[in-house]
Amino acid sequence: MSDTTDTPKHDVIIVGAGPAALSAAIYTTREDIETLLFERGVVGGLAAVTDMVDNYPGFPDGIEGLTLAENLRKQAERFGAVIELGEVSKISDEGEYKRLETTEGDMLAKAVLIATGSDYKKIGVPGEQEYYARGVHYCATCDGAFYRDKRLVVIGGGNSAIQEGLFLTRFASHIDILVRSTIKASDVLQEELKKFVAEGKVTVHLGVSTDEIVGENNKVTKVVGTDKATGQKVEFPTDGVFVFVGLMPNSQFLKDSVVKLDEVGFVLTDMNLQTDMPGVFAAGDIRSGATMQIASAAGEGATAALMIREYLEGRPHPAQN
Amino acid sequence: MVKNITIFTTNTCAYCVMVKKYLDVKHHTYNVVNLDEFPERQAEALSLSGALTVPVTVVTKHDDSREVIVGYNLSKLAPAIA
Repeated sequence: MSDTTDTPKHDVIIVGAGPAALSAAIYTTREDIETLLFERGVVGGLAAVTDMVDNYPGFPDGIEGLTLAENLRKQAERFGAVIELGEVSKISDEGEYKRLETTEGDMLAKAVLIATGSDYKKIGVPGEQEYYARGVHYCATCDGAFYRDKRLVVIGGGNSAIQEGLFLTRFASHIDILVRSTIKASDVLQEELKKFVAEGKVTVHLGVSTDEIVGENNKVTKVVGTDKATGQKVEFPTDGVFVFVGLMPNSQFLKDSVVKLDEVGFVLTDMNLQTDMPGVFAAGDIRSGATMQIASAAGEGATAALMIREYLEGRPHPAQN
Repeated sequence: MVKNITIFTTNTCAYCVMVKKYLDVKHHTYNVVNLDEFPERQAEALSLSGALTVPVTVVTKHDDSREVIVGYNLSKLAPAIA
């Protein structure tokens, strides 16, 4: 066991500062449970880089992702949550305390909530890495402004792809959306998309896989794909590519810990959101079985906070009764 | 020692908010070039960073040497402003 004399001690450390983390922090801090959040990326997580959130309850006209994130942060800080910027590299169990190795030094916590969320997946085709940030992008709200009056390709057919594709219509002259199978975005988004398709600003290509992103002179020039129905190669001339093909868990730092992950890397929990390491909980997009919705993440954050309170008070969780 | 810091941003960029927040925490002042307001300066951001993205943070030192940090990258931003 490591020396704990000079190591900062906290009641709760939350790894991450997305909707699950911030919701949990609102609940813990309102119960006077001292809480520190550790965020390596953006406060608000993927919600903060989403153009518009239309399905979070309480906002009848929708809310900009960045504004929602900022509101969640302010609410958590109002009750005393502290957000530190840095990265956690390891969590180990030392009995009463869990040790977190971080870029800001070691820290100890009686309970830990893992709420590191997920990031957009890469497609893994030639050209994707080579042209990263120079024609291949994963954040429309960050990089869309560089494509005023340019042609774009958006890859993906889920909510993120269609939502961000709609955002990019503010800038681009035309957008080709390449969908491997069928569009799985919500009906509301699909109705909105139809307007731009009717105007000729967006063309949707169903059943097209992406094979390669091609460039010349340091610039992306086209996307090469395959029409799955005919087996024919298809080409889409473009100035840039935005990729939204699903999510991958931010759980690399847990690989050597006793916290169990599923086959993809999402964190396994029991019905009380507790992991295999007692006192370590998980909530939001990082949790195996999560629905990847901001509203669900906020709900799970609240649940996790209540379970953490029970744990800190030494009461058995319902599942252990 | 840092002489000045300039951040290229847009209105909708969450990572830009984080760079500003980090610099605030570290008590650094900075100039902001909002590319939504000044799209004509996109080429300048691109030539500095080689990337079609924001944030681009340019840290100029007292000896006029310059470090350009692309994105919200604490492992590069922290030593650049130390």
